[in-house]
Amino acid sequence: MTPQLAIFFVLAVMAVLGALSLIFQKHPIHSALSLIVVMIALAGLYLLMGSEFVAAVQIIVYGGAIMVLFVFVIMLLNAGEEERTNVSKLAGIAGIPLAVVLLGFLAAAIAHSNESAQAGLQSGTLANTKEISTMLFKDFVYPFELTSFLILVAILGAIVLAQREKS
Amino acid sequence: MVPTSYYLILSAVLFGLGVVAFVFKRNVITIFMSIELMLNAVNLAFVAFSQARHQSDGQVFVLFVIVVAAAEAAVGLGIIILTARNRQSLNVERVDLLKL
Repeated sequence: MTPQLAIFFVLAVMAVLGALSLIFQKHPIHSALSLIVVMIALAGLYLLMGSEFVAAVQIIVYGGAIMVLFVFVIMLLNAGEEERTNVSKLAGIAGIPLAVVLLGFLAAAIAHSNESAQAGLQSGTLANTKEISTMLFKDFVYPFELTSFLILVAILGAIVLAQREKS
Repeated sequence: MVPTSYYLILSAVLFGLGVVAFVFKRNVITIFMSIELMLNAVNLAFVAFSQARHQSDGQVFVLFVIVVAAAEAAVGLGIIILTARNRQSLNVERVDLLKL
């Protein structure tokens, strides 16, 4: 087993355990911390694949900004343990077969694709960040500008939604 | 060298766990977090394909996905704060009316 493969398995197990922990933890703050573990593991996988820029963005934006927002809202709303009702059992009965079928379809698609026959990833052969920036500001410059508009709308929406009503 | 299919399988497993969490959890904040988990799984598949084919398009798409996820988190958490304030509960089963 090559070192890359060993690192992959460690990080993959970490990600899957984090995702399982997200499901089985009762308290939302524990779920949020599990999700942070998943995100850090995924950042490690991006580094392993040789995309440093995406790994850095993953940690800074996802692990940093978005998850801090989540933890902040959990604390602001003082969220406690979730309660189970009869409808939750119904969701379990309907949800497990749904997830199994979905996973089966995905597994079949991966098994039948030609990608699985490929030798493997060449890590560190691309001048990655430079290439991404060239592509982002040349080929994808209009989507990039639209993104700024999207963020502006999101800021306005968040302010309008979260402000207290004047009464 | 790690085969691309390993990354795809991990991505599929994480996506499936995200779906399970989405259906199972009753807390609206946790449901929102499971959507983020699914987005992360898709990002992993994007980067794996991008590296396997030696094209950077996939990584640019990942950046866009992250930006949209950030915008979604801001608006979604605003909506969650609003509903929690109106209903005094975060359980999705108690939010069954569109009327405030």
